[in-house]
Amino acid sequence: MKLILLYSLRNLIARRLTTTLTTCGMALVVFVFATVLMLSEGLKQTLVSTGEYNNVVVIRKGSNVDVQSAVEKQKALLIETLPEIAIDEDGNRLFAKEVIVLIVMPKRETKSPANIVIRGIDEKSVRLRPQVRLIEGRLPNFGLNEVIVGKSISERFEGALLGDKLRFAMRDWTVVGIFDAGNRGYNSEIWGDVNQMMQAFKRPVYSSVIFRLKDSKDFDVVKSKIEKDPRISLEAKRETRYYEEQSEMMSKFLKILGLSLTTIFSIGAIIGAMITMYSAVANRQSEIGTLRALGFQKRTVLGAFLFESLLLGVIGGIIGIIMSSFTQYITISTMNWQTFSQLTFSFTLSLEIVIQSMLFAVFMGLIGGMLPAIVASRKNIVSSLRSA
Amino acid sequence: MKEPVVSIKNICKAYQKGSETIPVIHDITFDIIDGDFLSLMGPSGSGKTTLLNLIAGIDKPDCGEIIVSGINITRLSESELSRWRAINVGFIFQFYNLIPVLTAFENVELPLLLSPLSKSQRREHVISALRVVDLLDRIDHKPKELSGGQQQRVAIARAIVTDPAIIVADEPTGDLDRKSATDVLNLMTRLNDEFGKTIIMVTHDMRAAKRAKTIKYLDKGYLNDSPANTDL
Repeated sequence: MKLILLYSLRNLIARRLTTTLTTCGMALVVFVFATVLMLSEGLKQTLVSTGEYNNVVVIRKGSNVDVQSAVEKQKALLIETLPEIAIDEDGNRLFAKEVIVLIVMPKRETKSPANIVIRGIDEKSVRLRPQVRLIEGRLPNFGLNEVIVGKSISERFEGALLGDKLRFAMRDWTVVGIFDAGNRGYNSEIWGDVNQMMQAFKRPVYSSVIFRLKDSKDFDVVKSKIEKDPRISLEAKRETRYYEEQSEMMSKFLKILGLSLTTIFSIGAIIGAMITMYSAVANRQSEIGTLRALGFQKRTVLGAFLFESLLLGVIGGIIGIIMSSFTQYITISTMNWQTFSQLTFSFTLSLEIVIQSMLFAVFMGLIGGMLPAIVASRKNIVSSLRSA
Repeated sequence: MKEPVVSIKNICKAYQKGSETIPVIHDITFDIIDGDFLSLMGPSGSGKTTLLNLIAGIDKPDCGEIIVSGINITRLSESELSRWRAINVGFIFQFYNLIPVLTAFENVELPLLLSPLSKSQRREHVISALRVVDLLDRIDHKPKELSGGQQQRVAIARAIVTDPAIIVADEPTGDLDRKSATDVLNLMTRLNDEFGKTIIMVTHDMRAAKRAKTIKYLDKGYLNDSPANTDL
């Protein structure tokens, strides 16, 4: 049946204008569909890849994010004694007590204010995040009002370049380094000595503690100890899971909003495909009659028209995905509604999104072409031949 | 005496137009012998094309039987009838009815797609059919690149490529100039004389009809051996 498929393909080429217009409509819908998924994926990947699987974050029970959490100093000391915590080559525990505070800073270009995460870090904090790389300057000296800033902050916010002084919590903080954490959430943070931060912000408690497991399999044991010991009674999560949860709400919102829009657009595209295919059926009545008279079955005619419509979807899908792939060069900076902090991420195209978008395009083609193809296959041979 | 390839027994056909029933074919009975070249003539609306469609199995009679090569085609289901047509009937239409996006070769190959032939066997058959109609030099041309006469010859090649039991032709020269019409009629005569093909042709053109071995006349749905109207 290669010839019949060729017949469908050549008919699309013969009707270049309508084919182009219909595929453009479908391509636009696939573009919107794919970019929404890419946005959600970019957000998810940024937050999820922020975490390390072997790291455990401990926060107050019921507080989903560290910015809402409080960990008393005594509890932090008790956790530090857990034997499951990994020890580095110097014999020190890979354990850090941290404080998280939000401040407002103006953006360099628009001057509009945005929330920024200040992370008070411990000596082991950087070691616990191997994905963080110092690209300019040095690490802050502990005991001094020095900070290092994430690459996104340095690029987008005022007073965040190397050597600049940032003013917050009634103090001036010198930017002594700029770090890059790749496509991760840390890039939108400012880090300084945890003790200096606690004094400056008058915080008597830490926000969270983080440590590396000696053995990944010990997680359940550690979790049980932290959550069930009445002296501690905090919540322990793998760091990857912790950040995944942070992305869930916004990712879900983006998906719902985007997919609702796409559904509305797709109805338009399906109607477009339907009109194109109905006009193809109307213009080719005598061809349909001829094929049927020659002995081709109804299902062959149905298949030929359906294939034609599917091709419209596939071509639209490919164009839409190619168009959406260019958005990978765009970086979005927005508020993470769970932490109320600024978050920078990019559109991320994955194989899964490509497959989903293609299936969506094929679905549009299928739905758009189904009725016209059924009409074509049910045409009366004699009346079809009369239309020649 | 040759055996009839088509036996038509008491067929009738009527069309419904709103609440009105319009009878088109009235109780027609006749045989077409193997190797005949039959012309069906008659004025517009006399039922010629309807009768042709019934014999070709693209329409069904309201009563009676049509037996072609021993098969009662009125009893076949729609899909059985499709399979039957693919093997037993070759079609020649007034407006050629070639598929515009396919080449001459592909158009002739179309009916063979429904046969169990391999690709190389199909190619052989198509080449042979195009040789008969003398169009081997136009093998890769699409219909719009051919003249009306050439298009009709491609259609004839398509009609004979499966070596069907009968060839039905509905006004095959109706859209052609005099020269092309003569070429097409010569070709049809050759198919009948040299290859022994049974041809049933509907025509208005007496010049075309005279090429046939048998002429039958239809008038208001009744079949006669002579014209009811002497003007014909």
